[in-house]
Amino acid sequence: MSGSGNTNVLNLTLKVWRQEGPNATGSFDSIPVEGIADDMSFLEMLDIVNEQIIEQGGIPIEFDHDCREGICGACGVMINGNAHGPKKGTTTCQLHMRNFEDGDEIVVEPWRASGFPIMRDLVVDRSPFDHIVESGGYISVNTGAAPDANLIPVPKDASDMAMDAAACIGCGACVAACPNSAAQLFTSAKLSHMNLLPQGQAERWKRTEQMVETMEQFFGACTNHGECTEACPKEISLDNIAFMNRDYLKSKVKNRKLTGQVFP
Amino acid sequence: MSLLNSKVPSGPLAEKWDNHKFSVKLVNPSNKRKFEVIVVGTGLAGASAAASLSELGYKVKVFTYSDSPRRAHSIAAQGGINAAKNYPNDGDSIFRLFYDTVKGGDYRSREANVYRLAQVANDIIDQCTAQGVPFAREYGGLLDNRSFGGAQVSRTFYARGQTGQQLLIGAYQALARQIAEGNVELHTRTEMLELVKKDGEACGIVTRDLITGEIKSHSAHAVVLATGGYGNVFYLSTNAMACNTTAVWRAHRKGAFFANPCYTQIHPTCIPSSDEFQSKLTLMSESLRNDGRIWVPRSDDDKRPAGQIPEGERYYYLEEKYPAFGNLVPRDVASRNAKTVVDAGHGVGHLENGVYLDFSDAIQRDGLETIKAKYGNLFDMYENITGEDPYSVPMRIYPATHYTMGGLWVDYNLMTTIPGCYSIGEANFSDHGANRLGASALMQGLADGYFVLPYTIGDHLAPKLGDDPVPTSDPVFTDAVQGVSDATDRWLGVNGSRSVDWFHRELGKIVWDNIGMERNKADLETAISDIPALKTEFENDVRVPGSGANLNSSLEKVGRVADFFELAELMARDALEREESCGGHFRAEHQTEEGEAKRDDENMAHVAAWEWNGEGEVQTRHVEELVFENVELTQRSYK
Repeated sequence: MSGSGNTNVLNLTLKVWRQEGPNATGSFDSIPVEGIADDMSFLEMLDIVNEQIIEQGGIPIEFDHDCREGICGACGVMINGNAHGPKKGTTTCQLHMRNFEDGDEIVVEPWRASGFPIMRDLVVDRSPFDHIVESGGYISVNTGAAPDANLIPVPKDASDMAMDAAACIGCGACVAACPNSAAQLFTSAKLSHMNLLPQGQAERWKRTEQMVETMEQFFGACTNHGECTEACPKEISLDNIAFMNRDYLKSKVKNRKLTGQVFP
Repeated sequence: MSLLNSKVPSGPLAEKWDNHKFSVKLVNPSNKRKFEVIVVGTGLAGASAAASLSELGYKVKVFTYSDSPRRAHSIAAQGGINAAKNYPNDGDSIFRLFYDTVKGGDYRSREANVYRLAQVANDIIDQCTAQGVPFAREYGGLLDNRSFGGAQVSRTFYARGQTGQQLLIGAYQALARQIAEGNVELHTRTEMLELVKKDGEACGIVTRDLITGEIKSHSAHAVVLATGGYGNVFYLSTNAMACNTTAVWRAHRKGAFFANPCYTQIHPTCIPSSDEFQSKLTLMSESLRNDGRIWVPRSDDDKRPAGQIPEGERYYYLEEKYPAFGNLVPRDVASRNAKTVVDAGHGVGHLENGVYLDFSDAIQRDGLETIKAKYGNLFDMYENITGEDPYSVPMRIYPATHYTMGGLWVDYNLMTTIPGCYSIGEANFSDHGANRLGASALMQGLADGYFVLPYTIGDHLAPKLGDDPVPTSDPVFTDAVQGVSDATDRWLGVNGSRSVDWFHRELGKIVWDNIGMERNKADLETAISDIPALKTEFENDVRVPGSGANLNSSLEKVGRVADFFELAELMARDALEREESCGGHFRAEHQTEEGEAKRDDENMAHVAAWEWNGEGEVQTRHVEELVFENVELTQRSYK
């Protein structure tokens, strides 16, 4: 043997939210967890807890997860009151146990937002995000109808800003962290991605009005706390919300005007 | 004559696809709404196919086990997507992309399919750009390209390190638009558990709602399987946790031949596992090998930290063995050599399961800032996962499975051996031969979904005009629902002593040790006897807690692992029968004096497609001969 990679071992107490189904009453379970290597990810720690539970004849804790690389956006729980836990710019799957101390009690809850109903234990329903996208988060171009890619020059700065916004993984941490359960950061990131690009201009005002108003059917209002951007694992900027608010205001005028042009 | 009719059109290579598009049957635009198509999977292939079919007017039902179509594992692809646009003016062409792909696949793919892939790749870039995919750009506002995976030209389009994510979001948004228009019915958290056939043709599927446990039938005129690869048969891979072979395997059991299961790809630069409970492996971009030097301690009992091992006692095995290419030898060569040194006891890290990738020379030569600018995000990722600072201690890396070239056998129309059942993207075997080139997975998924299937599916549908889908009250459906329901009850009733994950881990060890990156007859025979033995234990001793009437991840996993058992055995048989080395399949018995893969073009230039013969029966191996009229078969050498 040579080299590094040695691990420390932690003994912890988990306080986990257990809830059998969408309409069941939930409560916290206290689970002692021993011998966790600090090289493990938070979700691997939960895997071990589940193995223990199964061994003892219990029902394992359900939680959403998939890629475990911080890109699919499936995972996400409140850890000691923080969406995705204590480390900035990190998804739950990329949070490692070395961020905790031996003897810690860790409180694990599902996303807390009325827009995200609990399905079971730590699993919530985030389909309102899909509905926001369905209401206009796209550029309408049928397959085969596109011109040559280089016929649409895009200023590099605009492209880079669109990419910054498009990095959103749709995990819902922004909503969970917000005291109002608002989805402004998610919606504005999608709007910035599309509205900054030349390709997105034709539908810009319609898209903005529809997405904002769909968002408001599910989520609370933004009061500029900024908790969303703090919790965001991709560190999406609060600037997007300002950009969205400006475009939304404009859309109210532009959309009426456009309608007026079609039917004078 | 072989049972396998590839339906490759006649005529010169460059005209085949155009001729074929002219000759396939068309469905009149106003009649398309009379046809229903089921698409299973919402990764690049599935989402793009579903959106495109819906745009054409077909009624589409889409299924994913995720909570949203956007979670599919295409999202994790980092590097980029190839297309022969020749924007950099460096001599690229459709023919060159075709040639490189056939050669890269070690001459085990179908020429006509690969040529078509290279042709439509340009359309993909146009389509995605118009959708708003933020590809990297030059200051003039035009698209940037880079060279990737050893290609001699710059043909890779990319969106930072998140190309897969951005392309998937593009396809997901196109799908969202169709959902909003009411033309696509989306079923999330719904897993396909059976393919249903009537009179020999696919007519629908049976699914389980993962939230309510409801088992239900869905009928259609055609079924498209876009459910990805089977890398998780190894347990540890770079695939997402839920990636599985179940949809594909259930179709296989219903008569869809499974082609080339032994073609699996190993990626050399992954982070080694840190303990027994590691859930998955993380891939780091191969570009790290451009500046990092790979070594292990020369002595197999050297326990000193890397920094205390003097230069003379370090074994730079790739540089020594392959002076011309050094650390930049192809993926499979780098991977096999890492295994050789680790197996010989030179492994590093507390589990002795890695090799060093050392940047100290590069930092000394180019300066810390240059290395930071090039690899900063990868170094951060490594530090986050391992807790070690790669600027001061060498990284530890080890190979891991990350892509599977094998899959359901399909003809030129992407139809499996079951009429009406199609397979697209990584789920089929079609375009990569024995080895996939970098930045080609995204290309193939989107080619199949946007530009191939929407044309070819008409050939099957057109003659069915006026036929309603088989009603779900038909006995073929009610029997299938009963079968799925019985299987669910059976798993819940075993009540054994070990978890599903435990068995999956044990299976993974057998597969990795015996059907991994270097295979030999004895190991493969061991696998063929050990896998069924463990499977029997699994069936009698697995514990699936909870009920079938709500969210139960153990229940979801148990069926997937059962299918992996059967697939693993077939992989071993396929690897045993393929008496040659090619691409991702390396048989120790078949190598050159330099230790290179040695093909047998005379006897093995064919696709092996396996036919299911029933539970516990050995499958039948069918052969599709590969004909090469446009490329010359050569032996590679990296010395």
